[in-house]
Amino acid sequence: MKVKLKSISAAVVAATIMATAVPAMADLTFPMLSYRTGPYGPNGTEFADGYADYFTLLNERDGGIGGVKAVTPECETAYNTQKGVECYESTKGQGALVYQPLSTGITYQLIPKVTADDIPMHTMGYGRTSAANGKVFSHVFNYPGTYWDAASVIMKHVSDMEKGDLKGKNIALVYHNSAYGKEPIRTLEELAKRDGFKLTLLPVDHPGQEQKSQWLQIRRERPDYVLMYGWGVMNQVAIKEAGNIRFPMDKFIGIWWSGSENDVLPSGDKANGYKAVTFHGVGTDYPIFDDIKKYVADTGKAAGDGSNIGTALYNRGMYAAVLAAEAAANAQKMFNTKEITSGQMRDGMESLKVDNARMEALGLKGFAPEINVTCENHGGPGLAAIQQWDAKTKTWSLITDFVASDRDIIDPLIAEDSAAYAKENKLTERECKS
Amino acid sequence: MSPVILNALEVILNGLMAGVMYALVALGFVLIYKASGIFNYAQGVMALFAALTLVGFQTGQIPFAHLINAIFGTKLHHWGDGMNTFLAIILTMLVMILFAWLLEKIVLKHMVNQAPIILFMTTIGLAYFMEGFGDLMWGADIKTMDVGLPSGGSFWLEDFTRGWAAEGTEYYGMYIDVLDVWAAGIAILLVIALTLFSQYTKTGRALRAVADDHQAALTVGISLRSIWIIVWSLAGFVALVAGIMWGSKSGVQFSLSLIALKALPVLILGGFTSIPGAIIGGLIIGVGEKLFEYSIGSMIGGATENWFAYVLALAFLMFRPQGLFGEKIIERV
Repeated sequence: MKVKLKSISAAVVAATIMATAVPAMADLTFPMLSYRTGPYGPNGTEFADGYADYFTLLNERDGGIGGVKAVTPECETAYNTQKGVECYESTKGQGALVYQPLSTGITYQLIPKVTADDIPMHTMGYGRTSAANGKVFSHVFNYPGTYWDAASVIMKHVSDMEKGDLKGKNIALVYHNSAYGKEPIRTLEELAKRDGFKLTLLPVDHPGQEQKSQWLQIRRERPDYVLMYGWGVMNQVAIKEAGNIRFPMDKFIGIWWSGSENDVLPSGDKANGYKAVTFHGVGTDYPIFDDIKKYVADTGKAAGDGSNIGTALYNRGMYAAVLAAEAAANAQKMFNTKEITSGQMRDGMESLKVDNARMEALGLKGFAPEINVTCENHGGPGLAAIQQWDAKTKTWSLITDFVASDRDIIDPLIAEDSAAYAKENKLTERECKS
Repeated sequence: MSPVILNALEVILNGLMAGVMYALVALGFVLIYKASGIFNYAQGVMALFAALTLVGFQTGQIPFAHLINAIFGTKLHHWGDGMNTFLAIILTMLVMILFAWLLEKIVLKHMVNQAPIILFMTTIGLAYFMEGFGDLMWGADIKTMDVGLPSGGSFWLEDFTRGWAAEGTEYYGMYIDVLDVWAAGIAILLVIALTLFSQYTKTGRALRAVADDHQAALTVGISLRSIWIIVWSLAGFVALVAGIMWGSKSGVQFSLSLIALKALPVLILGGFTSIPGAIIGGLIIGVGEKLFEYSIGSMIGGATENWFAYVLALAFLMFRPQGLFGEKIIERV
């Protein structure tokens, strides 16, 4: 009996060690703080699948990055900030090169930690917007665009629809009543001052399953446009309520976190014409998807069952992986080594350049604008496009080019907010050599 | 009539409809508490699980397909085009009865005469288990709930009320979501059926006897274990109705389990032991929170509904600790 107990214990210990085994040091480690469970699981799963599948593609097709295999150990956060921090602490010792926390709450907690640990963090299209100021936030990157860029590009689209005259227009913002949802308010207030439109703010408390009051108010006040910064079930309910009150859907425009298939499908035909801003392409009409099919999906190596390939959030996860892989390759070249450290990865990210020719070589021609990260600018070009939903074909399509945000409005706000952060945390700005 | 008054009427009407939706969730809590003294933390997850199962049957999804595929390397998804809604509802109900039976066999029979806090903790565990089990069984993706119920703003009411405003004023008619009207009708039928069942059937009377005193009920030959299976099955049925209604609004997804949060102030206000209390409590909370948001919300930054519902419930609690319709607890020492 004693022997049996001993062997069972040994087996359990061995299994535990195997389950938590760290990747071989030669691997390039890109940990995923993903969430496949909980209320936001459907969104997190698509992003995580895209992220993992691209690295699988590189491993299968190219033998990794610069000949070194990439691994993507996952840690489930369930979109919970505390769990996210625990995931970071438990995976950072595995040779982590870069983190994608996939949550604004987790991002805020990790900013001081990643800086102290010399590990870069990429918060693509989320997190703290003023982290775009690389002089203050040395280890945080939010290229290719921020919440404020999104607000500005949406308003540019609205302005185009109104032939450049927004004076006297009423623009309502339906937003998740959280730090994330409140992000665009300052930018929109500045734009309202400049362009002369009225801004109506309509907060929705988490989780957002009941929004009758907000949509009755919209029905009464008849704003000319409704913008949305929502997440999870809030998006689905808002789009359904907008359809119910027969609000013109082409005048209802969401942030990129309110622009996935998950948000529109439950509303059926009512969602037809709904728009969202995006910083990358939609659908599978890019050569890279042929390779993903050939090397990943058809060989049974896809992270999921393959059904998410080409969805808005899958493409975003894949694009995040593309940028991480390009930065890693850049770091390998910069330091003339295949086995880079997280510090070298940070340097690779800070001098990342992805031009149109490179995008074409990656099989992503026209998928996203060019990127040129610098020491001063971690926020990237800030270009975005508008996508629109066709309920009949159940597809998104880009209806504008990638256009620039209002730098004259956003840059001073970034400078102001990052200066406040530096003061609060007693940081001095880095000097950037040009 | 002034548009301000008409708008207030519209808010009240929509508050009543929202209240019915809250009451649908609260009813499940009341049923279980009434019959067993258990505050069922898992009621919201039961609504989610029932809705997931219904959509799974409707669309012909193979349960545990992800798990089977991961173990055997198969590529299973669906077994066909699914089945019609009525059959899917019946099968879902059978699943909920099976769930109640298994729950009694595996968990509850060990909990007889345990302290209420132990029973409460058991339901917390049950909630997390069911959430994970539902995920494993049907997947975490968002599913569209369509049982054929109409939804969207009522054209008829809009046209009918458009002329009520004074001439020259801007008024677009009154709004109500047709789905909410259906929910109200179904809730009324449900309450009538449940009341008749508990008042006029032998099983219903046995349920009430168990609720009053487990020990006394046992001594007169009532099988506590059968009663628990019945009551959890009933709560499963109510959860299915709530899951259909809420799922039709937002799609079936894991956030659906959070609807339980909306039922708590209703229970505090209406009392944990009264079926009519759940309905009246729901209506008061629905109207109260919507009117507060309409009249005062915008002055204090909006998004008042979540917390105001609890403030309203607490205000009632100060005067009637047992809730509006709850039974007054008198314990003689």
